[in-house]
Amino acid sequence: MASNNVAPIPLDTYNLGFIGAGKMAESIARGVVKSGVLPASRIRTAHHRPQRSSAFESFGVTVFEHNHQVIHDCDVVVLSVKPQIVKDVALELKPLLSEKQLLVSVVAGVKLKDLQEWAGHTRFIRVMPNTPAAIGQAASVISLGATATEEDGELVSRLFGAIGKVWRANEKLFDAITGLSGSGPAYIYLAIEALADGGVAAGLPRELALGLASQTVLGAASMAINGGKHPAQLKDDVASPGGTTIAGIHELEKAGFRGILMNAVVAAAKRGKELSPN
Amino acid sequence: MASSNVAPIPLDTYNLGFIGAGKMAESIARGVVKSGVLPASRIRTAHHRPQRSSAFESFGVTVFEHNHQVIPDCDVVVLSVKPQIVKDVALELKPLLSEKQLLVSVVAGVKLKDLQEWAGHTRFIRVMPNTPAAIGQAASVISLGATATEEDGELVSRLFGAIGKVWRANEKLFDAITGLSGSGPAYIYLAIEALADGGVAAGLPRELALGLASQTVLGAASMAINGGKHPAQLKDDVASPGGTTIAGIHELEKAGFRGILMNAVVAAAKRGKELSPN
Repeated sequence: MASNNVAPIPLDTYNLGFIGAGKMAESIARGVVKSGVLPASRIRTAHHRPQRSSAFESFGVTVFEHNHQVIHDCDVVVLSVKPQIVKDVALELKPLLSEKQLLVSVVAGVKLKDLQEWAGHTRFIRVMPNTPAAIGQAASVISLGATATEEDGELVSRLFGAIGKVWRANEKLFDAITGLSGSGPAYIYLAIEALADGGVAAGLPRELALGLASQTVLGAASMAINGGKHPAQLKDDVASPGGTTIAGIHELEKAGFRGILMNAVVAAAKRGKELSPN
Repeated sequence: MASSNVAPIPLDTYNLGFIGAGKMAESIARGVVKSGVLPASRIRTAHHRPQRSSAFESFGVTVFEHNHQVIPDCDVVVLSVKPQIVKDVALELKPLLSEKQLLVSVVAGVKLKDLQEWAGHTRFIRVMPNTPAAIGQAASVISLGATATEEDGELVSRLFGAIGKVWRANEKLFDAITGLSGSGPAYIYLAIEALADGGVAAGLPRELALGLASQTVLGAASMAINGGKHPAQLKDDVASPGGTTIAGIHELEKAGFRGILMNAVVAAAKRGKELSPN
């Protein structure tokens, strides 16, 4: 709930910091700069190793040596460390934080309740992005913590909008979201490999089969997103009477293809729940 | 094989005509104009019904009443009619064609040998696009006919590059291509529906589940295309030890998910072969 005491983050001048200079932080930072949401000059992170430092410095981000330097200089701070260390990191940063700052966590499987307790800070937003953030096509879901404001939510949506699409949901749904958009890319990598193998079985050379498989999946997903139609309607539209498409579909239906994918999402969601109990 | 007598199509001035003013023709025409490959002023088609005429006229294409008006005015002519009528259409147009003209067929399942015979014209290129042409993300494969030149091939590649990606292959492979990229979008529509259903089973509201499902598939395909890695490597990269992703993958593997998709491609390719024998 927004409190009257919560000062809005100044949109034109706020600095964005990343605690944890890994791949997800880099993807977000690159996307934000590339899309013009923020100039690199307003982004900071910290790392002691030159390899990670130079990855960020190469596109203009300031890299400090220590996390506490990032905290002093930033209005919006993203926690992008591994789940195993986030508690220690949060406890370390606790004395340095003020209510003027908005904290954002992209740490998989770690709840707002715990983050807020460890950091002693309730102006938090939790985000579940996914790995296609690396090429600017993430599916991200945000959930507002105890004292994050609506404007804070919009700010974070704008940041993650720079690397893909953004939704907002109740944190209770995050295990299910993990099972779908978090783990989902892997199911599709298997599908692309299988489509390519099918093409090779039918006589295509590997390179052509793999290229066609990837592009076919991309095209179909683009149609589902942009076409304004239900996927089942899209399927109806292309399955002509007695044709090749319905023959392929028949094989999928016979084998319970859709049920198998449902199983994967449900199993992954269940595993997510097991990994972050309560 | 290129013949010395074959005059190159003049790239800066050629007109492009469509025989058959349906969805595929419209998708190609729109894409070509939108990408700047050709201005609409150099594109023609014919249709007697105002609904189809206005679809094309709305973005600047000239629409005649009759096919025979398209032919004299165009250097490159695309046959985009339904398979059931292409023979009659080709026979009708035969007396009007000259060797200066390049013919392109996007008619599914109809071989170059037959097209060339019916039209009495050997400067032909056959293209197998797919339905995501409608949003500029087609997977198209081209095959050169008896007297189409390399430059003709490049011209057609540029046209279809305006609506997606283009490959070149021997016509013998077109049944397999149909089973993969032709019919493949439908398999993915089923997958998107199933991922969404899995999300709903795990507790997500439908709209969120469907949005996440589509975007997740898009992101994964984008990674496969742009990531420079084999899909199996991409899968390895995201399946962390004992995590949610490998739990989902396990369900897929247990059920033979990949084999099922292979079956679909192979069955569709087989059906394609049955439909266009010899």
